[in-house]
Amino acid sequence: MTRLELRGLVAGYEPGLPIVRGVDLSLAGGEILVLLGPNGAGKSTLAKALAGLVPVAAGTITLDGASLLDVPAHARIRHGLGFVPQTHNIFAALSVAENLAVAAAILPRAARTSRIGAMLAMFPDLAAARRRAAGLLSGGQRQMLAIARALIASPAVLALDEPSAGLSPKLVAMVLAKLREIAVGGVAVLLVEQNARAALAVADRAVILVEGRVAHEGAGAALLDDPHVAALYLGGRAA
Amino acid sequence: MIGQILIDGITSGAMIGLGAIGLTLTYGLLRFANFAHGEFATWGAYLAMLGAGAFGGAAPIGALTFGWPLVVALMVAMALTALLALALDAALFRRLRRHGNAIVLVIASFGASLALRSAIEFAFGPEPYYYTTDIAMTLRLAPGLRATADQLVVLAAALVLMLAMHVLLTRTPLGRAMRAVSENPDLARLAGIDPARIVRATWAIGGALAAAAGVFLGVTVQLRPSMGFELLLPLFAAAILGGVGSVPGAMLGGLVIGIAEAAAVPLAGAQYRAAVAFVVLLAMLLVRPRGLFGGRE
Ligand SMILES: Nc1ncnc2c1ncn2[C@@H]1O[C@H](COP(=O)(O)OP(=O)(O)O)[C@@H](O)[C@H]1O
Ligand SMILES: [Mg+2]
Repeated sequence: MTRLELRGLVAGYEPGLPIVRGVDLSLAGGEILVLLGPNGAGKSTLAKALAGLVPVAAGTITLDGASLLDVPAHARIRHGLGFVPQTHNIFAALSVAENLAVAAAILPRAARTSRIGAMLAMFPDLAAARRRAAGLLSGGQRQMLAIARALIASPAVLALDEPSAGLSPKLVAMVLAKLREIAVGGVAVLLVEQNARAALAVADRAVILVEGRVAHEGAGAALLDDPHVAALYLGGRAA
Repeated sequence: MIGQILIDGITSGAMIGLGAIGLTLTYGLLRFANFAHGEFATWGAYLAMLGAGAFGGAAPIGALTFGWPLVVALMVAMALTALLALALDAALFRRLRRHGNAIVLVIASFGASLALRSAIEFAFGPEPYYYTTDIAMTLRLAPGLRATADQLVVLAAALVLMLAMHVLLTRTPLGRAMRAVSENPDLARLAGIDPARIVRATWAIGGALAAAAGVFLGVTVQLRPSMGFELLLPLFAAAILGGVGSVPGAMLGGLVIGIAEAAAVPLAGAQYRAAVAFVVLLAMLLVRPRGLFGGRE
């Protein structure tokens, strides 16, 4: 069942200068959709527009049939949209436990402790470091915390902007495996990635964004096997 | 003599620290230096004077020069000054934040400072006031170590407020949300926090604490229309010394400035007291511009 739907989405930072130029996407629960594309294609802008951090000039965003356009950024998590930005995605001055507590504050009081506990159980590394300042975590732990922070309110849709950037291949595999686990739990996952090969391996579908438009769309493996696509848009890494 | 310097310095330093908390919080959140912050202390002090008058002339408590009316008036003045800070933000700063840059905000705060100070001077005149005409009784704490009961109670009250502020920031959802927004407003929004709510809470808290500092200053020194404005340099020095944005830093910075000022009097003469905050500020900016606790620019 379709949970997230973008229709004709146009978004950008300045009026009259669209970066995302008419994108259609749909995403079902339990599905991982990977968003690929060259640097500057507008992937991060698309993700931020979805989260409400970049103004939308035209088009629609609906989650479970309800429009998100009039929902302010701080209320979108309550509507079921979680977002992990590419950089500065944890509160460095707060402890791991405080990062989770901040995000859990929108839950009913009775549910907070159990959701924090569920996140610590899902990410055992964080449990061991819960008193540590988040700024002192390793790169992999940071991404785990950022994901846990977005996941704590049980969103229907989880969007992530390059969660594997800067991680070792082993940690990339671990993050992607976690995302698969999250999708299996019924969450619709929109994954912006540069690690095309690794990401396509866990993707159900993939979309390649070029200059703010969808250039190719298909099953993950099919895109990997298309030499034209690989050479043009996947930086040759998948060739 | 060292003990006496410490007592005097810590007492005035605690008041400076209280005032600096609001300054550092609004800077951390809104990224602008509010030059009107000192006026919250002035308004708090004068509002408490009106309140204490209205609540009647009860007898002083113990060895203090003031009675319960001033204690109640302190709380009322803190609440009213919180409202004043909220009103100032709603009427002025919030509009300018939408369009202007940091310089516009700073200049607007200069203007607001002047207006708030003039209003007090217009209403009460330039002459100093005292909450009471009683002479503060001096207690002998140890040989060569004296303090008035007023001083000790003010010190205790300031420390309690600082402790409460620390507990608020570290133990409550509101405090955690304030720290989150201060570090990264966009990420805070993604976590479901409405930054506008946090900005309001920060103005209210900063205004209330500055009002308390003003009342304490009124109890231990006197009330004058320029009292808050003259407090501004020590407040900035404390905030910068502690690292702008850091509440524990502002509290510690206040104590350092207070003690340095108290030490300057016997060493250099009372006329140099006011220059101390400036010297400490300058030294800090040269040696460690981020301040003692500052993590970011
Ligand atoms: N904060 C910003 N303000 C203005 N333009 C931006 C901003 N961030 C990115 N851009 C521009 O938007 C375009 C797309 O950037 P981005 O969405 O980050 O691409 P991607 O994530 O696909 O690499 C680029 O041309 C970039 O210069
Ligand atoms: Mg990007």
